[in-house]
Amino acid sequence: MISSKRKFSVGMRTRRKLDTVIFHVVVGGIAIFMIYPLVWMLLSSFKPTDKVMTTVTQLIPDVWTIQNYITGWKGFGGITFATFFKNSLIITILSTIGAVLSSTMVAYGFARINFRFKRALFFCMIITMMLPGQVIMIPQYIIFNKLGWVNTMLPIVVPSWFAKAFFIFMIMQFIEGIPKDLDEAALMDGCSNYTIFASIIVPLVRPAMVTCAIFEFYWKWDDYMSSLLYLNTPKNYTVSIALKNFTDPMSSSDFGAMFAMCVLSLLPVIIIFLLLQKYIVEGVAASGIKG
Amino acid sequence: MGRKKSDAFSRFIYSNNTTGYFFILPWLIGFLAFTLVPFIMSFVLSFTNYNILSPNTKFVGLDNYIKLFTNDQLFLKSLEVTFKFAFISVPLRLIFALFVAMILNRKSKAIGIYRVVYYLPSIIGGSVAVSVMWRNLFAKDGVVNGLLQLIGINSQLNWLSNTKTALFTLILLYVWQFGSSMLIFLSGLKQISPTYYEAAEMDGAGKVRQFFSITLPLLSPIILFNLVMQIINGFMVFTQAQIITDGGPVNETLVYVLYLYRQSFKYYEMGYGSAMAWILLVIVGCFTALVFKSSNQWVFYENNARQDEPNKKKKGKKGAGQA
Repeated sequence: MISSKRKFSVGMRTRRKLDTVIFHVVVGGIAIFMIYPLVWMLLSSFKPTDKVMTTVTQLIPDVWTIQNYITGWKGFGGITFATFFKNSLIITILSTIGAVLSSTMVAYGFARINFRFKRALFFCMIITMMLPGQVIMIPQYIIFNKLGWVNTMLPIVVPSWFAKAFFIFMIMQFIEGIPKDLDEAALMDGCSNYTIFASIIVPLVRPAMVTCAIFEFYWKWDDYMSSLLYLNTPKNYTVSIALKNFTDPMSSSDFGAMFAMCVLSLLPVIIIFLLLQKYIVEGVAASGIKG
Repeated sequence: MGRKKSDAFSRFIYSNNTTGYFFILPWLIGFLAFTLVPFIMSFVLSFTNYNILSPNTKFVGLDNYIKLFTNDQLFLKSLEVTFKFAFISVPLRLIFALFVAMILNRKSKAIGIYRVVYYLPSIIGGSVAVSVMWRNLFAKDGVVNGLLQLIGINSQLNWLSNTKTALFTLILLYVWQFGSSMLIFLSGLKQISPTYYEAAEMDGAGKVRQFFSITLPLLSPIILFNLVMQIINGFMVFTQAQIITDGGPVNETLVYVLYLYRQSFKYYEMGYGSAMAWILLVIVGCFTALVFKSSNQWVFYENNARQDEPNKKKKGKKGAGQA
């Protein structure tokens, strides 16, 4: 009886071990398959440019070189990628600050204060989340064109300063998790809503603000459509539109430089992702909305 | 007197209505200026022949809409391509996401690393750089053909300019970004109480049976919600189609938004483009209505999960007492 029990447990253990091995083979296999293209692009950017498309199946370069990064960085039309990166950074950082600050304010207003027409306005906000951007894209262009904003960064940055429905919604959910007693006690003590917001709510919702900041950062950094619409001289280009022109199959056959600049353009997003992935993963899991 | 005035003033400043509107002011202004006004403008424009380059704008009634459906082969083509794209890529992506989430739903130290690797494509997938990469993966002398040759398939196929495979490469890029759906499913799976599985095991149900009788029904609201939301997002695909194939070959990948963009910003036919935008809105509206219709299931799920928790504790205690 005892021995059979022991045999059983040994069998269980080997089975569990086998299970673990199979698990890692399957999951690791899929992971390699997923990441392979990215690794290929990264390593190709260090190959001599004439070898990039002739040795596609070979991952590790025979000769390592950073020449691609030097030629790529020169950009086109006499404007280097330094300009494009600077433009992208300015647009991204300004939009991120604006979107997070304004959305936090609005989220507090909707979550904690009872004002007239709140329900109707909240409903409007939810509706705007569902509204495809393409519907308002054309009139927005006409308006910004009338204002003389086309070919500046204003049409891309300014709307961010007027709160984003998705962020408002996310921060609201976070605020609703904060006990109401906390701000009621503060109200009793004679604090106004303004002080409650600044000294209680903002410090507590900081994690949600970070999540929103990350999302806004990488949406803006990757944003291609608005650069395409609004920026039409190379000196105003962001990285994404510059990359599109730089890698145009009609004009470019320098694959090494092309990949080098692609890698550089992905770096900011990947670095932020690796540093702050905890916030992103929680954000995605909590909202369950973003595809 | 002065004091009374300042009292009234401070009452006004600190009243709920004033503070409320103060805090939502950024959104309210933005909503009016950048959403509501353009929204109405767009509707009006869709009944005109507005072209930003020409000064004679006339009301043309329903002409734009009539032309779209009766006299514009490219429009019908773009509808077909977009539906094909969304209805193939999204289910594929979700099936794959669910499959991986099921495997990953266990305790292991390596989960964190796998999660990062799987999620990375979702983060960068919409960027120009990844589209450029994809274009070179599927080029005639690209990686895919190269690897196929290594395993003995002599493929000279030019994936991007073949009418049969071009859309398929875009679909694959979309499926490649399954990571965010996987995270959502993973957190859904974690909410399913293990007691269900224990009970099922006691009754002799196998893994497959458990999946179809427990996991799938309990996860179905999340799956449905994500299916519809992502199909909606699928209709908006643009960057990839513009950079990888630019609508070609022979318009096989001319997705809706790409055609809308060309009409409005290449030919500056903004009235016509607005009409297209409104048709898109109607399509998206139908799918959104679907989400709301399915939302009672969604709520049911939430309540159900909450009711379960005390039960679980009780059961646990009982079990401990008996042992």
